[in-house]
Amino acid sequence: MVRTYALLAWTWTRAAMAYRASFVIMTVLGVFITATDVAVILVIFSHTTALAGFTRDEALFLYGSAGLSFTLCDMFVSNVDKVSQHIKAGTLDTMLIRPVSTWIQLAADRFALTRAGRVLQAAAVLGYALAVLDLDARRLWMVPVMLVTGTVIFAAVWTLGGAAQFLLTDAPEVINSFTYGGGQLTQYPLSVYGRDLVRGVTYVLPLAFVNWQPALYVLDRDDPFGTPGFVRFLGPVAAAVLALLAGLAWRQGIRHYRSTGS
Amino acid sequence: MIETERAGRTFKVRGAVVHAVRDLSFRIEPGEFVGCLGPNGAGKSTTIKMLCGILTPTSGRVRVAGLDPSRGRTALARRIGVVFGQRTTLWWDLPLRDSFELVRLLYKVDRKLFQVRLDELTEALDLGGFTRTPVRQLSLGQRMRGDLAAALLHDPEVLVLDEPTIGLDVVSKAGIRSFLLRVNAERGTTVLLTTHDLGDVERLCRRVLLIDHGRLAFDGTVGDLMATAPGQATIEEVVTRLYTRGRAAPPPVEPV
Repeated sequence: MVRTYALLAWTWTRAAMAYRASFVIMTVLGVFITATDVAVILVIFSHTTALAGFTRDEALFLYGSAGLSFTLCDMFVSNVDKVSQHIKAGTLDTMLIRPVSTWIQLAADRFALTRAGRVLQAAAVLGYALAVLDLDARRLWMVPVMLVTGTVIFAAVWTLGGAAQFLLTDAPEVINSFTYGGGQLTQYPLSVYGRDLVRGVTYVLPLAFVNWQPALYVLDRDDPFGTPGFVRFLGPVAAAVLALLAGLAWRQGIRHYRSTGS
Repeated sequence: MIETERAGRTFKVRGAVVHAVRDLSFRIEPGEFVGCLGPNGAGKSTTIKMLCGILTPTSGRVRVAGLDPSRGRTALARRIGVVFGQRTTLWWDLPLRDSFELVRLLYKVDRKLFQVRLDELTEALDLGGFTRTPVRQLSLGQRMRGDLAAALLHDPEVLVLDEPTIGLDVVSKAGIRSFLLRVNAERGTTVLLTTHDLGDVERLCRRVLLIDHGRLAFDGTVGDLMATAPGQATIEEVVTRLYTRGRAAPPPVEPV
């Protein structure tokens, strides 16, 4: 699977390199666009010292960890939500006749190395936050766990979004609100949002486990919404369940694929 | 090699159930060259897509090379070659040879075997002049030859073609036809193609399947097909007769 992905990604990268100037501009632009998100956080903290109980560096830790998971998915997986485009163009048929996973082919289709700029930007913010925050070293093991958990959760959300398009070919806009919306939501401490929304992203679509719950553990904080301590460690479980659901939905989608007229 | 048993596929269109294919049963032996005819919308493409595993049948059974296409889709992909005349299976933005290289890697074809195969196909399909050109810049005839080569690089047992000669000029058509005959004769590849071009049927196919309203309306040799009409009817007249059974035939066009 990894080999197939790497092959396809490398082919697209080589094709994109043919236009070197465009490649460089896209990469640099990617860094700048995501940097505006950080700028917003910095502007907020130039007016206040705490946001919903969190300091600037804590907020940057939340931003960086979710951002890294999100941008990795955006780079490696997000194209699976192009299902409806491929259905309409008939190109999904051509993927289905290849001896490799359709999910991998879709994810790697038009792989854009230019998105690496955003990944680096998020990694830099996380690195900065980890350096300046005085964190308990015994709790740091959670950081890689939360990054993997977050990446799996976002990948599953994208996959669910792609699977939904086998039934609803005109759903991409709605699906964006879950994928990119999820990415935006997790950039801030969830305590800035209303209780019902936070309940929803904890128990229904488990975006709270991307960074919020594990970060509370890393930062040694109690949950402002009062969830018990063991919830901090449920991230991998939530990610596994969501990934399983996404996998099943994807299979159902492929089985119910209707193709086009010709 | 290919076997369908009361295979059917329905689609729900705005609440109504449409039978694209129903109760389709036929058997194709290894090495056969079979043409599939039928009016537009008769269910030819749906049938082809069920044979490749793209569409899951809603009833009945389909087996290709001993596999259930929709369950064993990726395993089957290594053993069949598929060509869609109306769209390419190549990578649109990549040069032809990069597409071939990707096919080699995706199908895990041994490098030496691949080179031998590619040289043969390059020669047989006269690809030499445009392997460095991105697929989107190829003419339809060139693209079709490229698609054929890509579908055969992994030396499949079965070749399935959906309208491979659509839109091609007479010379390109002749080239594709003689190539297909050669593949069938020299490698024993089983070939199933759909077409609207009766020249394809006359020059290529030993056997004809005619699908109409999603059902098998005729299955036999080209000779049997001609015998369905009286006297000296041309193949066009024979097929028109079969397509319009139970319907008003279109008025004949007077030659100018």
